[in-house]
Amino acid sequence: MKSLKTITLGLALSISAFAAASSMLHAQSDSQSQSHSDSKLSRSSHPASPDRGQRVFQQNCARCHAAPENLSPSAAGAVARHMRVRANLSESDLRALLHFLNP
Amino acid sequence: MRNLSKVAFMKTDRGNKFSSPNPLVHAICALATILGASGVCQHASAQQDPAIISGGIGFLTTTNGGNTNYLPEAKPVAVLPLGDHLLIETRATVLSNFFHRTGDGYDHFTFKTMDYLQADLKAGSHATIVGGEFLTPFGTYNERLTQIWNQTFQNLPLIYGIGSMNTGSALGAMVRGNAFANEHASLSYAAYYSANSTSGYFGAERSSGGQAQLYIPGSGVEIGASYGRSLGAVHENFEGMHLWWQPVDTGFRFRSEFARAPHAKGYWFETDYRLEQFGGADTTLGRLEPVFRMQQTFRDSPDNNDGLPFVNTKRADLGLDYHLPHEIRIHSSYGRQFSPGANVNIWETSLVYRLLIPTWKSKR
Repeated sequence: MKSLKTITLGLALSISAFAAASSMLHAQSDSQSQSHSDSKLSRSSHPASPDRGQRVFQQNCARCHAAPENLSPSAAGAVARHMRVRANLSESDLRALLHFLNP
Repeated sequence: MRNLSKVAFMKTDRGNKFSSPNPLVHAICALATILGASGVCQHASAQQDPAIISGGIGFLTTTNGGNTNYLPEAKPVAVLPLGDHLLIETRATVLSNFFHRTGDGYDHFTFKTMDYLQADLKAGSHATIVGGEFLTPFGTYNERLTQIWNQTFQNLPLIYGIGSMNTGSALGAMVRGNAFANEHASLSYAAYYSANSTSGYFGAERSSGGQAQLYIPGSGVEIGASYGRSLGAVHENFEGMHLWWQPVDTGFRFRSEFARAPHAKGYWFETDYRLEQFGGADTTLGRLEPVFRMQQTFRDSPDNNDGLPFVNTKRADLGLDYHLPHEIRIHSSYGRQFSPGANVNIWETSLVYRLLIPTWKSKR
């Protein structure tokens, strides 16, 4: 029981430390040029790609629910940002989802 | 003595354990404040994402062991983006329970509560700091499936009480986010601390915990582990694991959870299959969705507070959903619960509408 607690706490601390480190690194990279960021993203798939946005929706949001019918473009921003928190989306996934919901 | 709770209310057949100083008024005030602020923001920036009103409205019936309850229910959600880094979210539950009185006639009571009222601050690409009252991040059900329009079944799993710290909500701070994500895997996490609060609408227990989950897109598999520690009068640990599987390009979903408390443990798994493979999701057949859930709890020693049945219990539910156009869903199910000396049939039906409207038209 004690070892399970130790492992769990260790896991939580490791993840928190990793997340904090990756956030700081990402914040630094964000402050650098946007073009660098764009080229980095384009190596895999561009976040603005509708295919990627659809994939983000299928892999994250659709695990719990279907896409809303006739989603107003005005609502897309708030919906995507709500999903960013609820589904733990990364920043590039958020942008892809936003583009998918409001092309 | 633990707090009277939303969980206890929902677990006890949406029973009458609740009493609070009119939380609906506070929920409405919060909503009005948010919408008022959204109006200010609209003027402040033409590029501001508008606030949205979302949620579900439904009429549910439950017949448990011959006793029928009629439950009109609304779970409105308001989401207000403030600038690029801050998001305010809140959800309330308003529910009436009409039931047959012993003797003659019907009686009813109304249950109102605020499920959460939280501020989400983006702290980088991989982290969000959440403050306020938020849903306890334990397992999957509490955060993902307590909205009435996306529940597979309208009743909560028997082990829902494990890790949800009685109220299902925490009052404090949480850090969560995506640790990494690529085309092959995605790892996300959440860790929180909650203070104790006996307020009727911000009820929470002093606790801490967290969870981590790994999702593999290629196979559609998600596995995760949760840990919670109650820090109230009694210090207790809760552990949980979950496995979800949604094969790519199919309408099939498998969800399962196992959780353990100091005096009991249990599991549930459910499957649903939207028949959209037969002509598409908008055909008569494609709108059908058979659903099934199996669950079991094991009592190791007596505990009046963990929310699980007092004796070993098994339950199976089989249902059918029909998805009408315009976000309306009809649900019906039959379940049989087996426990020593008290086997019961449970029939459920519901008609639920999912709404999602922006509060103004954005120029984006």
